[in-house]
Amino acid sequence: MIEILVSIFLLSGASLGLLAAIGIIRLPDLLTRMHASTKSGALGTAMIMVGVMLAFMEPVVTFRAFAIIMFIMITSPVAAHVIARAGYFVGVSLWDGTVKDMLKESYDPESHYLRSGFEGMDDDGETDDMDESEDQAR
Amino acid sequence: MINPLVINLVYLLLSLSVLLSFIRLAKGPSLPDRVVALELIATMVVAIIGVHAIDTGVASFLDIAIVLALTAFLAAIGFARFLERGGPRDD
Repeated sequence: MIEILVSIFLLSGASLGLLAAIGIIRLPDLLTRMHASTKSGALGTAMIMVGVMLAFMEPVVTFRAFAIIMFIMITSPVAAHVIARAGYFVGVSLWDGTVKDMLKESYDPESHYLRSGFEGMDDDGETDDMDESEDQAR
Repeated sequence: MINPLVINLVYLLLSLSVLLSFIRLAKGPSLPDRVVALELIATMVVAIIGVHAIDTGVASFLDIAIVLALTAFLAAIGFARFLERGGPRDD
C-alpha cells in the first residue's frame, strides 16, 4: 500500500519537474521562464522528498527530507526574486505581448534609482498628485 | 520495495527535464536565462538524488542533497550580484 503512495508521489513530482523544464524551454521571456521553473521545480522536488519520507519511514530520514523541503521552499523564491531583479536592471527585453510594466515608470536606468512613489511626502509640495484629504489631515 | 519500473520512469522524466533545461542553458539568449536554467538543473539533481536514495536504500545521500541545494542557492545569489554590479557579459 505504501509503495503505491510513494510511486504516486514520485511520479507526480517527476512530472512537475518535466513541466518546469518544458516551461523553461517553451516560454518566450526571462520572467515567464522563471515563473515556470521556480514554482513547479520546487513543488516537484518537495513531492519527491515526501516520497522519500514515506519510503524510508525513519525519523532521521524524515527530518532530513523535511529540512530539504523547507530549505527549497525558502530559498527558491529568494533566488528567483534576486535573479529577476538583476535581469531587469541589466535590461533583458520583455516579451512583445507584455501588457503592463509598472517598474518602468519608477525606475531610472541612468542613475540606477528606483522611486517608491512616496517621495516628497516629507519635503513639502514636491508631489502634486497628493489628494486633498491627506493635505488636510496634515 | 518500489516497483523498478516506476523508479526507472521517474529517472527518465527527471533526466529529460535536465536535458531540456540544458538546452536552454546552451542557447539562452541572455545570461540571466542561463542562470535560471542552472538553478532548475540543480533542483532537478536534488530530486534525482532523492530518487537514488530510495533506489539504493542508502539514506546518507540526502545529506548530499542538502549541500547541493545550499550551493545552488549561493550560486544564484552570486550570479545575481555579479550581474547587478555590471560584470562582463557574453550574451
